[in-house]
Amino acid sequence: MATYVNIEPTQNLEPFKGVKKLPLEEYFTSGHRTCQGCESALVMKMMVKAAGPRTIVLGSTGCMYVANTTYYSTSWVVPWMHTQLGSSGSAALGTAAGLKALMRKGKIKNEPINVIAFCGDGGGADMGLGAISATLTHPDYNCLILMYDNESYANTDIQLSGSTPWGANTTFSTPGPAKRIMHHRWKKNMAGMMAAGHPTCRYVATICMSYGLHGMNSIRKALTIGGPTFIHSLDPCPKGWDYDPIQSHELGELAVNTGVWPLYEVEDGVLRLTGRTQQIADKRIPRQPVRDYLLRQGRFAHFTDDDIDYFQSKVDEMWHKWLIPGAIPFHKEIEADNPPA
Amino acid sequence: MKADPAGVLTGVHFLDGDHACCEGALAAGACFAAGYPITPSTEVVERFAARIPKVGGTFIQMEDELASSIAIQGAVWGGAKAFTVTSGPGFSLMMEHIGYAVMTETPCVFVNVQRGGPSTGLPTLPAQSDMMQARWGSHGDYEVIALCPNSPQECFDLTITAFNLSEKYRVPVMFMMDECVGHMTEKVIIPPAEQIEIEPRRKTHKPHDAYKPYECNGDGSLVPEMAHAGEGYKFHVTGLTHDERGYPAMTVAAQQKLVGRLRDKISKAADDLLLVEQDNTADADVVVVTYGITSRVAQRGIDSARAKGLKVGKLRLKIVWPFPDQLIKKLSQRAKAFVVPELNLGQISREVERAAGGVKTVCVPHAGGGVHRPEDILKAIQEASR
Repeated sequence: MATYVNIEPTQNLEPFKGVKKLPLEEYFTSGHRTCQGCESALVMKMMVKAAGPRTIVLGSTGCMYVANTTYYSTSWVVPWMHTQLGSSGSAALGTAAGLKALMRKGKIKNEPINVIAFCGDGGGADMGLGAISATLTHPDYNCLILMYDNESYANTDIQLSGSTPWGANTTFSTPGPAKRIMHHRWKKNMAGMMAAGHPTCRYVATICMSYGLHGMNSIRKALTIGGPTFIHSLDPCPKGWDYDPIQSHELGELAVNTGVWPLYEVEDGVLRLTGRTQQIADKRIPRQPVRDYLLRQGRFAHFTDDDIDYFQSKVDEMWHKWLIPGAIPFHKEIEADNPPA
Repeated sequence: MKADPAGVLTGVHFLDGDHACCEGALAAGACFAAGYPITPSTEVVERFAARIPKVGGTFIQMEDELASSIAIQGAVWGGAKAFTVTSGPGFSLMMEHIGYAVMTETPCVFVNVQRGGPSTGLPTLPAQSDMMQARWGSHGDYEVIALCPNSPQECFDLTITAFNLSEKYRVPVMFMMDECVGHMTEKVIIPPAEQIEIEPRRKTHKPHDAYKPYECNGDGSLVPEMAHAGEGYKFHVTGLTHDERGYPAMTVAAQQKLVGRLRDKISKAADDLLLVEQDNTADADVVVVTYGITSRVAQRGIDSARAKGLKVGKLRLKIVWPFPDQLIKKLSQRAKAFVVPELNLGQISREVERAAGGVKTVCVPHAGGGVHRPEDILKAIQEASR
């Protein structure tokens, strides 16, 4: 890519070799009011710790915008700017292009500066999908778009989004006696879609900050490789998923270990399962039943055994019947789909 | 036509304005809503999503307000009564499709629970600063109808009116609530279905080969009859300037004819579209023109002024657009001044000033985020009356 596209050099961010090697400096500090047990706040903290001080962060409307600015202060140590709900991709592109132009004209020092735009699942998988997609087609600019996915519009009180899993109870899909399953759509496969549809995007990864080192090193790789990159992070949300905040970390682990949330990266078109997902695929550890994951969450409390079995069957399908397991949901043949009545 | 009892939650309730608006929509027969979460309006569609399994109908959470504002129009052309709900930033995104609804004469309701702006502004706090956007936000020349409730009861009652007017005039209707009214909880009386008048869709009964989708009947009405997809009628719905068949017609004459009729069908119905509350305006030296939540604050200022012996009247606009020019003109023949408190820096006050034809008009601006202090309105009344 770099042979015919003129991109600015990136920082060379080597992977951290272990938690004891992490820098002590924090660039996302106190002064926010995220909920107790908020994993997305952890993602912000780890994201910018991984990126380092020469970083500009742009954040579209969502929890990580509102909760981080409500005290008339900001918890960001690095430069930070709010963007509108659907504009994380465009804001990243514009910022990266602006920096590049200023450097080319000699107006600012020519140095590698990370540009990271974050968005929630509403801002990324719903409203901002077009802007992210367009940005990933521009190979000329270095920027990372990180989608923190808590599987609902958590900032406005848990409405369902394009990333909400099948059957979940949200304020837009409340189960009741007349109808038990109010949400029939399946979560969008954002990382797979971004990887499959954007040949100019050199790096796409899924992460979960329950595996913090893995997540941080994915972010460092995305920033180092250059061009537009995309990371999709699954973030347990005590308020939206309805569980005791103390369980956030464990629920993230369960999402990965039940196979609901496969960890993988696509680098220059090459897919590689990573972390615990790789171990599950290699059968070094067993894939846990989704029941363990679902029944810990109040949003699935209305599920019957049939619902859980159905959910399990869809996860099994993802692992056994997708042409590229966990990543790309193409099938070799049409299968019947029989959700519970 | 009477309301379908299925959607009418008859009884005495303690509801906030958002929930009352939802009940009004259900009573009016809305069976499709497309929504996207945005404070302070989300409760309207949250309630709709929860009520729909029993009432019958569909709620879809769309990917953004662009999608919501056109999904409802698809539903209307498929035969449903439909609405969407939003607040400032979402309303801005809907503008192109509001223009589309005007051009295609698609009856539908856009609820805007106003909050402070511009941009993200004050998501949880009130404003009335989208009033001009409701009128002029989409490009081109057009007329719409906009209503402003000032209580949860009116959120119920006027939502039904909004649907009825949208059907009668085949025009998108803006239902301009504000955060205070939306989140204010009061008694709401929902009457039995047989006491609720519903305007039926202006459906055509012409033979299939005689129907033209945008042809007026010749009965004096400027509102054409409507057919739905799948009923056997040929029709063509487009945002392009079109002729009576609905076919694109890129001529000066076609533009003049169509845009002129879209304007006239509303502006010439000004008498039918006058919905106001008047108190003591007949002998008023000063008329306070007000709407929405501000009208409730203004009442205190008016009462105080009258207690001081000032002749003050109140004109509360329930329908703000089309603007009641003739009524303001009539009042200006007697009144020395108009006072217009509003949660913006001067929007409807300019309309009052225009219609008042030289009579002093005093705006009492407020940038939003709270409501006026009644003493500020009293002070403005006192100064205006001098």
